[in-house]
Amino acid sequence: MTVEEVGAPRRRVEDARLVTGRTRWTDNMAPAGTLYVAFLRSPQAHARITRVDTARAKERPGVVAVFGGADLAEEQGSLPCAWVVTEDMRHPEHPPMAVEEVRYVGEPVACVVARDRYAAVDALEDIDVDYEPLPAVVDMEEALAEGANLVHADLGTNASYTWVFENGDLDAALRDAPVVLERRYVQQRLIPTAMEPRSVLCVPEGDEFTLYSATQIPHILRLMLATVTGIPEHRIRVVAPDVGGGFGSKLQVYGEEVLALLLARRLGRPVKWTETRSEGNMAVHHGRDQIQRLTLAAERDGRIRGLKVDLLADMGAYLMLVTPGIPLLGAFMYNGIYKMDALSFTCTGVFTTKTPTDAYRGAGRPEATYAIERLMDELAAELDLDPIEVRRRNWIGHGEFPYETIAGLTYDSGDYESATEKALQLFEYDKLRAEQADRRERRDPVQLGIGVSTFTEMCGLAPSRVLGSLSYGAGGWEHASVRILPSGKVEVVTGSSAHGQGHETAWAQIAADRLGVPFEDVKVLHGDTAVSPKGMDTYGSRSLAVGGVALYSACDKVVEKARRVAAHLLEASEQDLDFSGGRFSVRGVADEGRTLQEVALAAFAAHDLPDGIEPSLDSDATHDPDNFSFPHGTHLCAAEVDTETGMVTLRSYVAVDDVGKVVNPLIVEGQVHGGLAQGIAQALYEEAVYDADGNLTTTTMADYLVPSAADLPVFVTDRTETPATTNPLGVKGVGEAGTIASTPAVVNAIVDALRPFGVRDVPMPCTPERVWRALRAEEEPDESEPGAGGGLGSADGGLGPAGGGSGSAGGAR
Amino acid sequence: MISATFAYVRPGSVDEAVSALADAGEDAKVLAGGQSLTPLLRLRLAYPDALVDVGRIDELREIRDEGDAVRIGAMATHHQVLRDPLVNEHLPLIAQATATVADPAVRHRGTFGGSLAHADPAGDLPAVALALDAVLVARSVRGEREIPAADFFVDWMTSALEPDELLTAIRVPKLGPGWGSHYWKFHRTAQAWAIVGVACAVRRERGAIEDARVALTNMGPRPVRARAVERFIEGRSVSEDAFRSAGAHAAEGTEPPGDLHGSPEYRTHLAKVLTTRALTAAAAV
Repeated sequence: MTVEEVGAPRRRVEDARLVTGRTRWTDNMAPAGTLYVAFLRSPQAHARITRVDTARAKERPGVVAVFGGADLAEEQGSLPCAWVVTEDMRHPEHPPMAVEEVRYVGEPVACVVARDRYAAVDALEDIDVDYEPLPAVVDMEEALAEGANLVHADLGTNASYTWVFENGDLDAALRDAPVVLERRYVQQRLIPTAMEPRSVLCVPEGDEFTLYSATQIPHILRLMLATVTGIPEHRIRVVAPDVGGGFGSKLQVYGEEVLALLLARRLGRPVKWTETRSEGNMAVHHGRDQIQRLTLAAERDGRIRGLKVDLLADMGAYLMLVTPGIPLLGAFMYNGIYKMDALSFTCTGVFTTKTPTDAYRGAGRPEATYAIERLMDELAAELDLDPIEVRRRNWIGHGEFPYETIAGLTYDSGDYESATEKALQLFEYDKLRAEQADRRERRDPVQLGIGVSTFTEMCGLAPSRVLGSLSYGAGGWEHASVRILPSGKVEVVTGSSAHGQGHETAWAQIAADRLGVPFEDVKVLHGDTAVSPKGMDTYGSRSLAVGGVALYSACDKVVEKARRVAAHLLEASEQDLDFSGGRFSVRGVADEGRTLQEVALAAFAAHDLPDGIEPSLDSDATHDPDNFSFPHGTHLCAAEVDTETGMVTLRSYVAVDDVGKVVNPLIVEGQVHGGLAQGIAQALYEEAVYDADGNLTTTTMADYLVPSAADLPVFVTDRTETPATTNPLGVKGVGEAGTIASTPAVVNAIVDALRPFGVRDVPMPCTPERVWRALRAEEEPDESEPGAGGGLGSADGGLGPAGGGSGSAGGAR
Repeated sequence: MISATFAYVRPGSVDEAVSALADAGEDAKVLAGGQSLTPLLRLRLAYPDALVDVGRIDELREIRDEGDAVRIGAMATHHQVLRDPLVNEHLPLIAQATATVADPAVRHRGTFGGSLAHADPAGDLPAVALALDAVLVARSVRGEREIPAADFFVDWMTSALEPDELLTAIRVPKLGPGWGSHYWKFHRTAQAWAIVGVACAVRRERGAIEDARVALTNMGPRPVRARAVERFIEGRSVSEDAFRSAGAHAAEGTEPPGDLHGSPEYRTHLAKVLTTRALTAAAAV
């Protein structure tokens, strides 16, 4: 009997090559004759291009060609947006290389193709571009005001769309509500920081092209490249070789990818481009950047009546692949795990002269979760209740599943009570509350705060019919195929495209169990449209919940085919065969049997197959989920806040996650750790800052602070396991959970520490200076807000005064 | 690193190095550990004509006892410095501050002398050298000269070194019995520069502070001595109030910068709080 693979904490088989870098990173590949591309990028946020002179650059040694946008205007097309969220959505043209106008700092305006990278970058300095400056549009609220400067003059407005979702009677919920909280939260702009920068290599072979790219979406990219360039889809092969992280930033069809294809076609030689980190900070799509205006109505006992969400979402300068849909993914999550009678959600997408935004780990759901989890803490404070108790009074009880939420989703399963109970114990909640009380009593300069986040998310994107109802441009299914080779070894092909998630290990575990073969006998293939012709790729915590289930079904189909062959070989009826440990045996006659490998060889030779059975043992399956999956969990954070300096130090962090059945606990834990780091980074460290002229001031990692292990506490992680009822594996997905849960847990802890001082909010990221200013604003309320000098946060109009200052006009009415 | 073109020389001795510098002219740069210069080249913020790589000159890596001082070779790496017995015994302030520099990878390549010659006011070691009254030894074809730390840091990323001079060693007077020291670095992430740092050494005798040396990181275009703090605390009895009152003088005469990590006003506040804390920690001997 083989050991059960599913559930075993196997070390990832792909890690040695990924960690050492001795692998097929796109930038590691250079076919003979490869040319290197460098892009000249706009230093202006908004300007008309009046002249691009490439003559001097063309004369430089090693330079093969130089192009401005106008040189490629005929063929470069417009970058796609696959999510037209409303019929009247304004959707501007988006040339891969700017032709007449630039609309964000970092937009490509020209490129050099040279024999090596040094020659290419050197030649950029010899391209002369004349710009006629146009006004920058940096602030969303100003962008929507009457007479605002326009990002796209021809659109006549900076609003791309307004999208509304309403359920229940919000007016009734608000009317005479005993408690009404109004808050304004800013989800700052973030820059995805994958370890591997973007890189693309396009190799022409006659009129066919192989494009290697550090992408999450080889299948979608192929279709979109064909659509944009007119090169037939079957003449393009896209390979995502090993890809070093994406977090959504490589869920994109980038101008550089389109241009690499066009340049390879023009020049008939392989062309390669790899971005630098500072180039990437400007030109990788950004994440978040929303202003949330929230109104929560509740009873005095803490039960929620309803929630109104008024959202502004910064699109940046253009709509990219799924830009407009990202905030809408959050629409169905603002109610969290709670019951309420009414939900109203309105989102306006706003153009600004900044880098376009799009998916970033969590994509819409972290923002929504932040809002509701911060509000739950605010409600608890308002009613002088424990934040856990307020949640308990509102959450969906374990016995109430499946439960249709106010947002119209059906949560299939969950157990918020158990996860919370476990987290409270691990955290030593009561002990920390006692210490908090003691420090308050002693007026300790270092105060202690406790933050709670009882989150859920919708993931496993997604049922195709739901995506259709949201006007998304494609389905959400996933494909897998399984073939047993003549030698009995197994090849698994998945349409899901791993870029760090560990598919090669987890998929082999699933296949090993279903087929009863050794783990080592399974090879997992992915990320190449020639190898895995069908697929919808990797994002939205969908790989396991959709792609893993497709693999499960494909394995079962293989076993069913093998059963027919085995029955024929054993001269027994199929019904009398047992399949266990990779072997078919005749029930009651244990020595009469055939292993799957023997069956595979027989199916390969095809000398003696039953009628109607095709040779070779293989099968495939496509899974289209009926529903999303809904991981949940309870996260608790203890933060020490130095009231003299504003420094926040995380003292402990407990994450109890329920991601359903677990295939590989090590991978799950790794995903949770990374997710926590990223969510904590939003709370404390990261922010893309633009100045009033639209210049990005955080182009290097000295300015854009990404935390390392040295900055994070030891995470205490644990799980409860409530299987998903909507798929046979019982899995829910874990890729985004940590990121979604942790941001509000940290900010809740900071605010909790400072509540005795009257502080009700600290804008993210909660830098030491912002915490210090929040405290000072309460200590010296009459003092006018001093100028920040060259300081923090031009993005939110100064340093975001705390408490009442940032528009939190709420309180009991 | 896709830098602009430069000539590259790798001398095998100090004599060869200073000749190379003399030949290379105004726009040559010395490449030590490369942890500050390489990013500038990569971002094309520096366009030197030539790099003189002193990485193979072993004599520059020596740390030795000179009686009342420790002589640290300019090319001693941070890693080497923070593990060195002489440094730890006589100049624990240097070891403690060095341990806060960036991360282990940087500390294995970056050098003590390189950090000082770079003269970045946000670097940790310039303030430490200033607090300890270090003397910097420079060589050129014209000879050798000694530059007191107080004269070495001229302006933002500008040292007193002439273009043809090579920093060869740093002589740091030992702190004797009765001295305590502390470097208080305030930064947002472990790898980030100090928003403000305070390097502090005090000599305590019979319950009072007899000598105090305090220097500040990132409170102006160059590291600054907090002379007003020193004057205030010298001769006073050790007490929480005394340190707090002394700290209140920390920002006098400073020109704190404003950037993404802190406004001038916030830095002014931090300098006071952190100086109080650094004095308290240093005096706890």
